[in-house]
Amino acid sequence: MSISSNFGTGRTNWLGFALATLGLLVAPAVFDVNTMTVLLIWSLFALSLGLMWGYAGILSFGHAAYFGLGAYTFAVASMNIGESTVPLLLAMLIPALLAAVIGAMMFYGRISDVYMGVITLVVTLIMFKFINSTAGDAYRIGDARLGGFNGIPAFPVLNVPGDPELQIYGIGLYYVVAAALLLCYLLCRWVLASWFGRVLIGIRENEARVELLGYSAPLYKTAVFTLCAAMAGLAGCLFASWAEIVTPGLFSLGQSAEVIIFTIVGGLGTLVGPILGAIGLGMLKLLLGEQTLIDNSLLLGAILVLVVLLLPSGIVPTFLRWRQRRGAMLAARSKAGSARRRRRSQGEGA
Amino acid sequence: MDYFAVVLLEILYMIAFLALTSAGLAVVFGMMRVINLAHGEFVMVGGYTTIACYRAGIDLWFAMLVVAPLVVGVLGLIIERLVIRHLYGRMIDTMLATWGLSLLIVGLVTLIFGNSAVSVQAPISSYEIGQYQMGGYNLFIIAVAALLMIVLWLVMRFTRLGLVARGAMQNRDVAASLGYNPGRIYMWTFTVGAALSGLAGGVLAPLTGLLPSVGSSYIAKAFITVITGGAAIITGTLSSSLLFGTVNQIVSFASMPVVGEIAMLTLAIILLRLMPQGITGRFFKNSA
Repeated sequence: MSISSNFGTGRTNWLGFALATLGLLVAPAVFDVNTMTVLLIWSLFALSLGLMWGYAGILSFGHAAYFGLGAYTFAVASMNIGESTVPLLLAMLIPALLAAVIGAMMFYGRISDVYMGVITLVVTLIMFKFINSTAGDAYRIGDARLGGFNGIPAFPVLNVPGDPELQIYGIGLYYVVAAALLLCYLLCRWVLASWFGRVLIGIRENEARVELLGYSAPLYKTAVFTLCAAMAGLAGCLFASWAEIVTPGLFSLGQSAEVIIFTIVGGLGTLVGPILGAIGLGMLKLLLGEQTLIDNSLLLGAILVLVVLLLPSGIVPTFLRWRQRRGAMLAARSKAGSARRRRRSQGEGA
Repeated sequence: MDYFAVVLLEILYMIAFLALTSAGLAVVFGMMRVINLAHGEFVMVGGYTTIACYRAGIDLWFAMLVVAPLVVGVLGLIIERLVIRHLYGRMIDTMLATWGLSLLIVGLVTLIFGNSAVSVQAPISSYEIGQYQMGGYNLFIIAVAALLMIVLWLVMRFTRLGLVARGAMQNRDVAASLGYNPGRIYMWTFTVGAALSGLAGGVLAPLTGLLPSVGSSYIAKAFITVITGGAAIITGTLSSSLLFGTVNQIVSFASMPVVGEIAMLTLAIILLRLMPQGITGRFFKNSA
């Protein structure tokens, strides 16, 4: 598929980053903190898909598997341990391990795009079906009952490391989530600026050539798949701490579809695109949830179809291209104008 | 002995179920290399059409065997003209667009029929094998699936239409140079595929009951059946239905239905890893 014409990794726009940080700092004064928190969690989730889809060309149709696994891992571990630092780490580690196994299986097997779509989809479905059927006392991990369809309620949420009494919620959780998002953004930027990112983009553009240059494409793909799963797991863990309940719905196909829509609408081949896509469409989703006239999935589905047909590279890349063209046009015009002025002044001189 | 017969019938039913629900997807994938993620929703719309017709007083048999395929076929035709034809050759984009369509259709059906389950009484009563009560309607499903496969094979093998279809499937450029418009062939293929999904939905409606979200439970099974089967429509669908149906039901009987389904899905992943071209890409290379 055609991703953006942007071959490079893009530079970090530090001014933009500083402004975004400032914006996130003051946002709670204007917007509802609870809403902002979940929007940023979705952004983090979309960012994790945007990195591997937009830059390495790996599309997972079941990215929700890692999000849900992160959430469930956190819930189960925090019920058993009580203190949330180890569960937080586990919530990244366990999805990453699963992704490493599945990724290695797919990439070393040289499985094509479409079959990869099927495998990732089926993995999510297996987990959904399994978690959905774990009602009853037989399914418990330590102190935590998996609870089947009803999920796990009432587990200890995130706390200040080392002190289980100091739980983080409300505005505190907002700042934790915002910091996590900014850090992950910087991590992605760093990855892309390093040789690792350059090989990934090379694989996206032409896998055979990268292999001929001596890089092992499966190794790099597995690595980025694992990294993105860890990030999705982190998003899941934060979501669990925000919602204070985890349900099998986290593994559903709808959840996977949503993050794909966030990412593709925002724009492939950028990091800001998926984040903005998640914030914009997430807001829309929450607004739609407040009324019953138009069904939520109706609108999201229509948006996905329209974007694939009309705007296949997404909003942010389209906007960047437009600005670039406009900049080039303005430059050409001012050059022409100055040439005219020069001619005129020469004419006057003669 | 009775128990053995029951297990055998259940396995046959599962094979028929898989063949029936994946036939439409297989036709579209086999001929056009298009993966239609809205397939489950086509099946669901077929079911809703049947129930709506039945409530409007139309004969149930007529509704499921004639009206449902027609309605879904027309729906498929509209979708092909509006969306799919712009995306030929872009597999991943097609998957994304049809996933969007699937969400859209779920939303529409929810708006029209509401989010509660509807069902219709099965028109064939149950019978007994020894001490076991068996659904008579399951036999009807098995018969429909068998008939469908035979008709598909006859059409593909012995009619001019089937010849053109197979020709376009092997090489669309040669078919085009012989005067057959590939665009037109694709259009009708998609329509026929959709109609087959509608038939499956209509026939299964009395058994499963319907929710707007029921499509997602069909899509995964149909998906793995078709992909594992490979490009050959009939041989592929049959061989993978046989394999998955048997595994699903045997494991289900040995433990629980959920475990059966998980076993089937896991097997699909392993098979895809071992045979990325599907069963027919590996073993039955020259079949239709």
